[in-house]
Amino acid sequence: MRSETRAPMALKLAAVGGLLFLLLPIALIFLYAFTTEEKSYQFPPPGFTTKWLGVTLGRADVWQAMGLSIKVAAISTALALVMGTLTAAAVARSRFFGREAISLLVILPIALPGIITGISLRSAFSLLDIPFSTWTIVLGHATFCIVIVYNNAVARFRRTSGALIDAAMDLGADGVQTFRLVILPNIATALLAGGMLAFALSFDEVIVTTFTAGQQTTLPIWMLEELVRPRQRPVTNVVAMAVVLVTVLPILAAYYLTRDGEHIAGQDK
Amino acid sequence: MTMTNAVTFRGVSRHFGPVRAVDAVDMEIREGEFFAMLGPSGSGKTTSLRLIAGFEQPTAGHIEIFGETAEGVPPYRRNVNTVFQNYALFPHLNVRDNVAFGLRVKGVPKAERMRAADEALALVELAGLGDRRAGMLSGGQRQRVALARALVNKPRVLLLDEPLGALDLKLREQMQEELRKLQRALGITFVFVTHDQDEALSMSDRVAVFAEGRIRQIGTPEEIYRRPATRFVADFVGSSNVIPADFAGAGPADRWASLRPEDIRPDPAGRNATITSRAFLGRVVRLGLHLEGQDLTAILPAADTIPMPGESLSIGWDTARVHVMEPDA
Repeated sequence: MRSETRAPMALKLAAVGGLLFLLLPIALIFLYAFTTEEKSYQFPPPGFTTKWLGVTLGRADVWQAMGLSIKVAAISTALALVMGTLTAAAVARSRFFGREAISLLVILPIALPGIITGISLRSAFSLLDIPFSTWTIVLGHATFCIVIVYNNAVARFRRTSGALIDAAMDLGADGVQTFRLVILPNIATALLAGGMLAFALSFDEVIVTTFTAGQQTTLPIWMLEELVRPRQRPVTNVVAMAVVLVTVLPILAAYYLTRDGEHIAGQDK
Repeated sequence: MTMTNAVTFRGVSRHFGPVRAVDAVDMEIREGEFFAMLGPSGSGKTTSLRLIAGFEQPTAGHIEIFGETAEGVPPYRRNVNTVFQNYALFPHLNVRDNVAFGLRVKGVPKAERMRAADEALALVELAGLGDRRAGMLSGGQRQRVALARALVNKPRVLLLDEPLGALDLKLREQMQEELRKLQRALGITFVFVTHDQDEALSMSDRVAVFAEGRIRQIGTPEEIYRRPATRFVADFVGSSNVIPADFAGAGPADRWASLRPEDIRPDPAGRNATITSRAFLGRVVRLGLHLEGQDLTAILPAADTIPMPGESLSIGWDTARVHVMEPDA
């Protein structure tokens, strides 16, 4: 039962305080992207300029790191979409020995601390003499991207009635047609949401990447390095702004896409 | 007989592990008939339907659909369509696209399949609702869409899986009549699964009574009602007195007999029964009777001479009207 009375002043203050605590650091990052002073973060900034946007655009190392991050996120997401969907279909649609164990094992990588995943992958790579490459980073990111897609897809599969697949087959659709015309439209928004979340997570991942990247620099790692040796510091802030936009937009989109998918497809009586 | 059967089962079994969902079933469904598969839940009637549709493959035995072997043929290559229990309409498509789905996957050009879908919708009296979303329709309307979606493919056999179960009583009676009319007009073989004996008896040309994966009796509704083969059939089809055959005066003590309530009549020379209940139904009165340790139901013409509960009444019946049943397998 929702109370109609207005919240007491103390509660309002607490809420505002909480939001400030969460959001103020982000606002500061945005603020210092426009400061005229480049060595230290003095407050208040002595003056404002937009020249760092231009400087950032001109820096080849930023573009390289950005390019690698986008490439890794895109490949990991694509891999996760295929493997996560297939695993979800198997777990939600059929019964087989060890099904519960598999559904637990798939979710495990996201429950494990990233540092464990990172160390174990690094030892595996060195044991097998695998040189670090884009693919070693992709492998590390895929471990948690698959879980994200799997979780979204398995929930939607469970809500999509199996009778729909029977109905499609009954009406003459073979396996491929059933997948294209019935299954895909019913799970599309879940896949889109899962894919966007996976992309966002991969794009700003640091821990697993540290262990699997070798000498390569993804965007978050580039930022970490920039903070250690200050040179044109506000450039880091401009990049941080870009990362916030690149990750927040897909997450917002994912939220809106899955919000009103509450009815059970094919089970409406 | 040279006429081909629509569907033939020869010793068909479908086992799920230790569960014998369908167990050595033989049946022949004739072309153009309205065939009901009647039984309690878990009796194998729905599995039998799914065997015809192709969603299940038999563990043993042989199935023919219009003379052609059905084992190994997937559902999408059978000229058979199903009306599902919960309709299973596609939620992402509107009504017309739902109905046109079967033609779409067969590659019928768009204009042609839209016209066919609208015709099918008109057939089930839903003309003009093609642009609605399936989720916006009432239960009765969804039922009709499911029917149109199956019929638009011109199947040779239409399978209906408890299609009226989710409808309220009035709508159900109306749909029963419409289904029957539709079946006569189209001449398609209808195979209808139901657990409702009244529905099975009133709609069908023939009924198969299922129990525990086996068919207990196949016959016309009248045969099933008048001459139930076993005690299970008599009990399930209902409204019959099931009593020991020797008690009925018609057979040996180890057999059961069926005695219909309307065949019991007052008989001054008969046996003395105690009246346990009395319900006035207009033209008839339904009496609960207790006779020598047996409870009986009798339906007598309403007359002012029928005594009240607690009083006794001398009753009898023509032993020729008593049907002695086979023992249950």
